[in-house]
Amino acid sequence: MDLTLRGVVRRFGAVTALAGVDLNVAEGELLTILGPSGSGKTTLLKIVAGFEFPDEGSVRLGATDVTMSPPRSRDVGMVFQNYALFPHLTVAQNVSFPLEMRHVPKAERQRRVAEALALVELAEYGERLPRQLSGGQQQRVALARAIVFNPRLLLLDEPFGALDRKLREVMQLEVRRLQRRLKLTTLFITHDQEEALILSDRIAVMNAGRIEQIGLPGDVYARPTTRFVADFVGESNLLEGTLLDAGAAEVPRFGRVALAADGAQPGTRATLLVRPEALRVGADAAGLANRATGRIVETVFLGLSVKLRMALEGGLELLARLPLRPSEPLPVAEGEEVPIGFSPEDVHVIAHGAR
Amino acid sequence: MPRARRPAQPGRVVLTIVASLVFAFLMLPLVVVFPISVSSAAYLQFPPPGFSWQWYERFLDDPTWVESAIRSFKVALLCTALSMGLGVPLSFALVRSRLWGMRLADKLVAAPIIVPNIILSIAIYSLFSRLQLIGAWYGIAVAHTILALPFVVILVSAGLRTFDEAQEQAAMGLGASWGVAVWRITLPQLRPSLIAAGFLAFVTSFDELVIAMFLSGASMTLPKKMFDNIMLEIDPTIAAVSVMQIVLACICLGAAALFGRGVVPGAATK
Repeated sequence: MDLTLRGVVRRFGAVTALAGVDLNVAEGELLTILGPSGSGKTTLLKIVAGFEFPDEGSVRLGATDVTMSPPRSRDVGMVFQNYALFPHLTVAQNVSFPLEMRHVPKAERQRRVAEALALVELAEYGERLPRQLSGGQQQRVALARAIVFNPRLLLLDEPFGALDRKLREVMQLEVRRLQRRLKLTTLFITHDQEEALILSDRIAVMNAGRIEQIGLPGDVYARPTTRFVADFVGESNLLEGTLLDAGAAEVPRFGRVALAADGAQPGTRATLLVRPEALRVGADAAGLANRATGRIVETVFLGLSVKLRMALEGGLELLARLPLRPSEPLPVAEGEEVPIGFSPEDVHVIAHGAR
Repeated sequence: MPRARRPAQPGRVVLTIVASLVFAFLMLPLVVVFPISVSSAAYLQFPPPGFSWQWYERFLDDPTWVESAIRSFKVALLCTALSMGLGVPLSFALVRSRLWGMRLADKLVAAPIIVPNIILSIAIYSLFSRLQLIGAWYGIAVAHTILALPFVVILVSAGLRTFDEAQEQAAMGLGASWGVAVWRITLPQLRPSLIAAGFLAFVTSFDELVIAMFLSGASMTLPKKMFDNIMLEIDPTIAAVSVMQIVLACICLGAAALFGRGVVPGAATK
């Protein structure tokens, strides 16, 4: 069922945790709330779950207004940060709990618990206690418990934080597959931008109690509308400058930057975003419209790629990321002076004053 | 397999000796009481001259002893029920409420432990005499609840403070009302604290003499009866009663250890 938030405001004393949030999660969609800690995303989650109530605004699930409803009448399945499995109950009893609360008859309860456990590939583990399971298995139990009662909405509160990297990737894909298969409307809360890009249908980036941008992962990454989003999502080179008339900008300590986009008012201050992978280094830089010379300050080997930190003559620092193949040596060495460049198409302009 | 023995450290030796002495000091009364309770002599004599069960028989044959024992049971059970019934909700209020003054209230809970029992007894006596509760067993239970309540609150709120409140939220998110969440999720996980609290409340009442002296009138509790026995006719019956009390306490402790084993961490894993 779809979820709609309208003008949601929540204050704690003098602090405004949510400063008017509008949001719509379509039926079957996985929408991610991405933001740093303190951005209000946890308050938002609690308001949707019913653990907190907004000072202003409304929360609707489908056609029902649930703004002031207690959690139990919302039919929202939630996976907590630390799973919050009940340690004194077996896995099957944990998964059965929401069904018992809904007075589902025993036979049907058993059938649905078995189904849910099979869905997360834990059919054999019903009689175990949570502490006898690994972190990944515990998370699957939490997931089974959250979906067993066919919730109207699934809430995921940073559910992968406690897992190691390998397992996290496996679980992310598994959650994604399950969510698609069951067509669950899902609100996913995280501060991990990489995770958000992997999982989401759409991403809403939150900052200081507001949604800064909401859009497809590719859009949020390639075309951020605010400096905060550009900085928070992915790695970035942000150049502060002033727009000139004919598809160009003046950046102090760098010079003139040619832009593909135009139409903005000349004289407007703007942030130019160049992603590290868009920077060309060495021979590749020849012939590009925007060029400079940089000294390699640091190289970080990342397996698939190498990250270069470079100091330009003017004192600016830029980050570049070059793809690597296992057979090739690193193309550059620290301390080397290299030509760098980027094409006008790879510069994204965030004009200030625009939101 | 041969294993290298660690050389005995002097600190460890001293610790063992001190621990043994403390243990002996604690156990010594038992060593004296049990032989006296099976003494063949008609007075308190140690070591006893011969063996007999006569003092246990005397206890069971004397209706005033048995009645006072039963009365003490009733008083202790009611006191346990009352102090748990009041103490558990009070603990929730003290730990969870963010109301002004809760921190102060938290400290004040221990007050009945600090006030001398005799002062408490006099105060309760004057109140209960107006209410005509002197001599009523449930009156004593109510008075004992004042003594037992702090122990219950201290133990249960300590357990509650270490309990992860997200568990309760999770239960409510899954469809439980707050009451159901507490009953099904919180309280079962507090079981060790609850059992310890209940045991302490029971023992506090079962052993209590001063309040019982003021309030029991003619219908005596077991400690009062024991006290009177010492005052009037010292014979080894009191030793027999003591042994039975000790055995009862051991059974309770054993049961508490069995059922109250840490439900959350450290329980046996298959």
